Amino acid sequence: MTGFGGFLLRRTIGTLATLLAISVIVYVVFYVTPGNVAQITCGPRCSPEQVHQVALQLHLDDPLYVRYWHFLQGLVVGQDYSTGTSVEHCSAPCLGLSYQTDQQVLGIILTRLPVSLSLVFGAMVLWLVLGVGTGVLSAWRRGRLTERVLTALTLAGWATPVFVIGLVLMIVVCGELQLLPFPQYVKLTDDPEQWAWNLLLPWLSLALIEAASFARLTRASMLETLAEDHIRTFRAYGVGEGAIVGRHALRGALAPVIALNANNFGSAVGGAVLTETLFGLPGLGQELVHAVSVVDLPVVVGMVLVIGFFVVLANAVADVLYAVADRRVVLT
Amino acid sequence: MSEALVATQAPEAPASGASGARQFWRRLRAQRAATVAAGIVALLVLVALAAPLLTALEGQDPTTYHPSLIDSARGGVPIGSLGGLSGDHWLGVEPQTGRDLFARLVYGARVSLGVAFAATVIQVLLGLAVGVAAALGGGWIDQLLSRITDIFVALPLMIMALALLAIVPQSFPRPVLVTLVIGFIAWGNIAKIVRAQTLTLKGLDYVAAARLSGWGAWHIARRELLPGLAAPVITYASILIPVNISAEAALSFLGVGVKPPTPSWGQMLTAADVWYQAAPQYLLLPAGALFVTVLAMTVLGDGVRTALDPRAASRLGVGAGRGRVARTAKEESA
Repeated sequence: MTGFGGFLLRRTIGTLATLLAISVIVYVVFYVTPGNVAQITCGPRCSPEQVHQVALQLHLDDPLYVRYWHFLQGLVVGQDYSTGTSVEHCSAPCLGLSYQTDQQVLGIILTRLPVSLSLVFGAMVLWLVLGVGTGVLSAWRRGRLTERVLTALTLAGWATPVFVIGLVLMIVVCGELQLLPFPQYVKLTDDPEQWAWNLLLPWLSLALIEAASFARLTRASMLETLAEDHIRTFRAYGVGEGAIVGRHALRGALAPVIALNANNFGSAVGGAVLTETLFGLPGLGQELVHAVSVVDLPVVVGMVLVIGFFVVLANAVADVLYAVADRRVVLT
Repeated sequence: MSEALVATQAPEAPASGASGARQFWRRLRAQRAATVAAGIVALLVLVALAAPLLTALEGQDPTTYHPSLIDSARGGVPIGSLGGLSGDHWLGVEPQTGRDLFARLVYGARVSLGVAFAATVIQVLLGLAVGVAAALGGGWIDQLLSRITDIFVALPLMIMALALLAIVPQSFPRPVLVTLVIGFIAWGNIAKIVRAQTLTLKGLDYVAAARLSGWGAWHIARRELLPGLAAPVITYASILIPVNISAEAALSFLGVGVKPPTPSWGQMLTAADVWYQAAPQYLLLPAGALFVTVLAMTVLGDGVRTALDPRAASRLGVGAGRGRVARTAKEESA
């Protein structure tokens, strides 16, 4: 198949295949654990019989491929779980039940998802504006003091781990200067203003780091575009420098920015885990850290899959946007 | 990563081994910032290597508890001002445990640099193996290896590492484990770069000549391709090192990476938001160490990239200072 439709179709199939492969890898890696999951789930004071009971209930004695098959079935058609006294139906897409609380993993993820999405997408707006703005400004004022200062700031942002920026921001702004209270998550639907104020510092910590890579890329890419022939033609026609930089050069620099945004999405999600833990935001990252500490494998696996899903999706969307933004890209 | 991003920074191979290396050093030294950064990195490596010597000089070690220096009535704050700073403990002691802060800081450099360098070596070797095999194998081998590479590019490092580190038994040595986890998860991008560069090199005449002379794939990979891969691989590796330093620090900060009694800068920051009021160095020292290290590595990495990029280097001119570069850039834009 050729053309844009075929490109989209191939991309979708490729994305689904990647997700399936990731689910196999994640499932195999996490369930071939050296630790005794049944013992940990049951607690340290369980008798061997009780541990055996738990293992039976969690189907830990079944071969791995059987368990993976059940997992896939649950994803597609749903699954019934016996919780000892009653049978709970977990409808598709079912990611299983938590070993610890017997809650549905998907439910746990869905209650936490809005927090993480608020954090990541809010920060994304900020890092795109800050990063691209800084990049454009330093390409425009190249060779001047402004550019040097911006370059130094960008490098500093680039070199600071996200949790260090967050820690310093929190200690200075909330602790020492007391400009803001220590962040506490407020739902967007409850109070949009409080939602934004409380997320301000987490947004900043995450955005400052990511903005640095966008500033670097935008600047490099703008300088490259500014050296091209058509820009010289614009100058010869008397188009103002502001219009050249702001309109024409920026357009040429946009495609790589889109690509980087998707490419950095994975690292931003990792940064979000740190930010959530640091500021005590009840998002996916905080839950993942908790689930990991109590070896709640269904929650860990479900969480990794959902996050992997978003990252793979972001990459696929970026490929499409990239092709739309830059017509020179060959669709394959 | 998009192919377009990778392709823009694939420099040509240096002409030959010895003079290539000499040229590289000359071009690196021509950049002032990179030279300073290289000095700082050398110093940090020295501190890491000489950690036992330095702590012996102070007369302390990183793991001994000093309960006598801790005020247990006040929740474990060190006795005395500035975190128990004294002639015996040059930077004071840790809250609650009383472990020597200077010793933990310099031993932390060992963990930070050791993990980052070793993880980078794993990433480079894996990336080289997979990338070269895919490009030379072609056909279904290329298809399979490229798909696997794509999957690893898509895996978010922090998430996977966080989950993996938690399920491995605590008896496994943590610094080694952190190294392995980072190394074996985040090798996808380097494999992509190597594959693309190998495909380019494969089409060149001298490789075809070697093939026609009847040399095997192993010989061609080792003798004909590796020198041409050196520049992009070194460039990307120098970007990976600071990324790996941050990753180790982040994992240790979350409490799943390097664990006490082994010191790590990230781990030292875990309780910094609680203790910084007792003495600012609980925040400033590990944060500053991380910042300086990652910054120096990044600037050095930029310098290495410029020194290996023939386009950038020709503009730089050998021996040219910063002013010359700035002026040339200005002339171009004027």
